[in-house]
Amino acid sequence: MLLDVQNLKIDFETHAGRVDAVHDLSFSIDRGEAVGIVGESGSGKSQSVLALMGLLAGNARVSGSAKLASAQAGEPSIELVGAKPRVLRRVRGARIAMIFQDPMTALNPHLKISTQMIELLRTHRGMGRREAMKAAIEMMEAVRIPEAARRIKYYPHQFSGGMRQRVMIAMALSCEPELLIADEPTTALDVTVQDEILDVIAELRERTNTALLLITHDLGVVAGQCSRALVMRAGDLVEHGSIDKVFNAPEAEYTRDLLAAIPRLEG
Amino acid sequence: MAKSTQQEAMEKAVKGNSLGRDAMRRLAANKAAIASIAVLGLVVLMVIVGPWLTPNNYYSQDYDAIWQAPTLAHGHIFGTDSVGRDLFVRTMVGGRISLMVGIVTAFVSLLIGVAYGATAGFIGGRIDGFMMRTVDILYALPFMFLVILMVVFFGQSLFLMFLAIGAVSWLDMARIVRGQTLTIKQQPYVEAARMAGASGTAIIVRHIVPNLLGLIVVYVTLTIPQVILFESFLSFLGLGVQEPMTSWGALINDGVGEMGRAPWLLVIPSIFLAVTLFCFNFIGDGLRDALDPNDR
Repeated sequence: MLLDVQNLKIDFETHAGRVDAVHDLSFSIDRGEAVGIVGESGSGKSQSVLALMGLLAGNARVSGSAKLASAQAGEPSIELVGAKPRVLRRVRGARIAMIFQDPMTALNPHLKISTQMIELLRTHRGMGRREAMKAAIEMMEAVRIPEAARRIKYYPHQFSGGMRQRVMIAMALSCEPELLIADEPTTALDVTVQDEILDVIAELRERTNTALLLITHDLGVVAGQCSRALVMRAGDLVEHGSIDKVFNAPEAEYTRDLLAAIPRLEG
Repeated sequence: MAKSTQQEAMEKAVKGNSLGRDAMRRLAANKAAIASIAVLGLVVLMVIVGPWLTPNNYYSQDYDAIWQAPTLAHGHIFGTDSVGRDLFVRTMVGGRISLMVGIVTAFVSLLIGVAYGATAGFIGGRIDGFMMRTVDILYALPFMFLVILMVVFFGQSLFLMFLAIGAVSWLDMARIVRGQTLTIKQQPYVEAARMAGASGTAIIVRHIVPNLLGLIVVYVTLTIPQVILFESFLSFLGLGVQEPMTSWGALINDGVGEMGRAPWLLVIPSIFLAVTLFCFNFIGDGLRDALDPNDR
């Protein structure tokens, strides 16, 4: 088991009182497995993964447990909830990487792609400049960006949205993380580009045996990519099971409503 | 073949990787900025070398040529003032002071202001509140009173003037930088960097400061003229440089009094000051454009 989340609970202290974002979320991911979290906006799916990374706003309180298996066998697993910033920094990017919803703003507009990728590789994999450049170009080729060696010197604004999302994927996977969290990776993109992006993710995952935690409100994407799905609603986990079960024999009323409301791509 | 070009491209990419080198290339394409750098370079060269090229010095008087208009005849190419001092040497020597004050204090305010503002904005919360209230308190101190006190306690010196002007000018910079940092901190790419495991220092240095550069550069080019004028104001009050030593501000102040009788005493130092300030503005403008990769 790569990641084991038990009884995760998140609430926020606000001026208007306490807001419960997530109550009692438990799930796990094996190495190389793809799990989807589905739910409407505000259901707590993004907050849950931010909690795993220790990146919630300052007024958040997190309880429960999220254990990340150790990198080498025999070592104790790492508890992510309440971990020290130094510990979390070594996990973020290196062992758990993340792709964001909006590729237009998730890259620093003042730095070339090469600078941003090299920085990452040097931080987490201790590569030299030259070696990192080589790895970065290879990664750009892996996400099927044509003329990678030339384009890596571009600034983010010189790429289109789909290309930027590829760059984000290249960056996220360049440190060979064990878990990739994709938070609505295709929501901001055209339908045709969506498919290509999902293909690239699937292909690279297969090659590196990276686990995927896919957050989306699009059931079709989950059906195509994941083997298991979690359905969340207003901070509660309402359904949890294999894709086949969730789509063909849903237990929760809400899941049935979701399936009825969203046009299905398969199943 | 294809592989070798790719290899080449990679070599190039490894080399030309810094924001600085790229910005330089863009700056070189900006004619106004390049011309300004050339003119400013010329002014700086004149100011440094000029006093050695004439037999006159800035304090001795030529009683045969009082209120001499600019002429080649007596060797006073910029003319002389009411006590027969050569304006050329005085303008050059004054320029040394003015440029030094402008550049040194702008640099000091840049270093302190950016470090302070970016730190306060980035950390946020109570520390931010404390740091910015400190700035507010410093703002509230009556500045002239402070300078007069400093002069009384420590005696008059050029260093003290740098210190006094520097102590005030970083406050604005800190406020502006802090405000901008708060905005940049909210950007998704900062979140993404955090998510990728970057430390706080790395985020400030790699993500926040580069995005502040355009703003900082423009603000510095505004600060330099401001500081040069401020120095002349202090000198006028008798708190800055003292006769016979001079600065552009002081020369212009003197010139205003004798505008009717000897207009060159006003016009010549004013031209030097104006040209210098123009150059700084154009260079700042060019740098801002050069440092913004989106603008092409």
